[in-house]
Amino acid sequence: MWGTTFLLAVREIRRHLLRSFLTILGIVIGVWAVVTMVTLGQGATAAVKQQISSLGANVLQVRPGQGFGRGGGGPQPPDFKIEDLDAIRTQIVGVQAVAPLVQSTGTAVYNAANWSTTVNGTNREYFTAQPWTFTSGRIFSPAEEQAGKAVCIVGNTVRNRLFRGMDPVGQRFRIKNISCEIIGALAPKGQGGFGNDQDDIVLMPYKAVQRRMTGNRDVRMIMVSVDADYDSQRVQASLRDLLRERRHLTDAAEDDFNIFDTKQISDTLSGTTQILTSLLGAVAAVSLLVGGIGIMNIMLVSVTERTREIGIRLAIGAVAREVLLQFLVEAVTLACLGGLLGLFLALVSTLILAPVLKVPFIFDPQINLVAFIFSALIGVVFGYFPARRAASLNPIEALRHE
Amino acid sequence: MANDVAPGELLIQLRGVTKVFGEGPTAFAALKGVDLDIARGDFVAVMGPSGSGKSTTMNILGCLDVPTAGEFLFRGHHVEKLERDQRALLRRRYLGFVFQGFNLLARTSALENVELPLVYRGEEKTARRAAAMAALDKVGLADWWDHTPAELSGGQQQRVAIARAIVTHPDVLLADEPTGNLDTERSIEIMELLTDLNRNSGITVLMVTHESDMAAYAHTIVHFRDGLVERFEVTEGAGVKA
Repeated sequence: MWGTTFLLAVREIRRHLLRSFLTILGIVIGVWAVVTMVTLGQGATAAVKQQISSLGANVLQVRPGQGFGRGGGGPQPPDFKIEDLDAIRTQIVGVQAVAPLVQSTGTAVYNAANWSTTVNGTNREYFTAQPWTFTSGRIFSPAEEQAGKAVCIVGNTVRNRLFRGMDPVGQRFRIKNISCEIIGALAPKGQGGFGNDQDDIVLMPYKAVQRRMTGNRDVRMIMVSVDADYDSQRVQASLRDLLRERRHLTDAAEDDFNIFDTKQISDTLSGTTQILTSLLGAVAAVSLLVGGIGIMNIMLVSVTERTREIGIRLAIGAVAREVLLQFLVEAVTLACLGGLLGLFLALVSTLILAPVLKVPFIFDPQINLVAFIFSALIGVVFGYFPARRAASLNPIEALRHE
Repeated sequence: MANDVAPGELLIQLRGVTKVFGEGPTAFAALKGVDLDIARGDFVAVMGPSGSGKSTTMNILGCLDVPTAGEFLFRGHHVEKLERDQRALLRRRYLGFVFQGFNLLARTSALENVELPLVYRGEEKTARRAAAMAALDKVGLADWWDHTPAELSGGQQQRVAIARAIVTHPDVLLADEPTGNLDTERSIEIMELLTDLNRNSGITVLMVTHESDMAAYAHTIVHFRDGLVERFEVTEGAGVKA
């Protein structure tokens, strides 16, 4: 009986191909929209997480000033000194690495090529806090760091601009009129979370940058890598207390520095994208409901059109349940077809859109399954009323129907 | 279900059957107390002017409708007390229908039309096919099994409808003006087919008609007038006029 009923439904759908297609269009678009939104949204969430983690997982970035940048007006809060780093290292528990960042910009020149880039002065611990990999070469030796020797590690962009494809390790180039020996080359990291090129960079021992470029002993930023076994909130709190004390802030004064917790930002941003994804998914789900109404509408028309057929079936001895089932199976088959078509379109469009929107394509079987089951459910819910109407027809009147 | 009823025994009994449509002042009594006995193997024609209650009686006998009052016994079942689905099961098991307008499923082959009652009986596909082909053979349309109603003449469509009615080997074949849409020649063919089914397959035939030529094929003619049985007429049957 089930097989026959299903075949009957398929035949009825094939008889009115265009109408069936228009009937399921709402479901197709609904499933398409829901699955595309959620798939791209999940890709975006993953992309945000991945970009944030390129800043270093569980790293606290400490900068002078409140919030990002140094707001206008008033005296500028002082930069940090290298002694602050020593204090953090010795007085705070749960710290894995503490690295300074002394920033300068300058034009790098090699033979006829030149390229303006960012120079970051730092120490050996920096490489613990930041997830860099080396294509060749090495980090600074302790002696080079101590002496502030002019040794450089170049990022991938700088390497491409100045050395084309060549391995730069062992070469010398000039940056801000300092002759610098290249001891390492970094693997590309790609675009950062804020659209910046993370590979457009030259790393040197901080003493070399302070002495020969910035001309002072200031440290623009401190990176504190928190040991995974410790709570980063706790470490952040004691770091704040320590820095307030060292910067002689009274109890009433606000912080004149800020601590940027990459883990917290990562959680916040991916939470935000997840909420947006759910919202978009919910909006798309409304179109699924509208699709259900479309199915109900056409099924009602179909019941009216086929009144005589229903009359024949009832006269021949079909019980109400069998007629109900016939129309219900037809509605559910239509809805499922719509669901499948929607899933297929969603797959195609996410495969096309993901690279365009620069988010990874993540196939989530769960959302596909949920969308499909939901469309089948819509077939049941919106097909029931027309099917009920068909089943309750009076056979005598149905047979007389013209 | 009750035991089989032997030939000649009473298959159908109507006792004081009334049928009222509507309520209050607009109520209309289509049947005003009909008593009717039909024995197994009978061939009964129901005649009467329109509005005399013959169609209403046929609907009740076909278990498609229930009387307002009175009793309808079919094979010992009080049909007037049965639910809608129970009556559907009676139709499925014991009744076959032939209509004036043929009422075949459009765009569906003759074979599939004839198979339809067997689908609701839950029979296997191969058994269905065989039984439907046998029924089509009986009405002389075995070669036309794959034609749709639109590709068949009126007479052929009615024969497909008869094949559909008899494919389940019913006790009773109810024919509502089966020749109403056919010319005389086709009508005679259909009546001869019904006579053959009545004689050789032991099917009780109940037929509504307003053509006395067609009614002459029956053994008994029941004349209706104003919601009552006016008189019974016994004929020679097989088209010989009394």
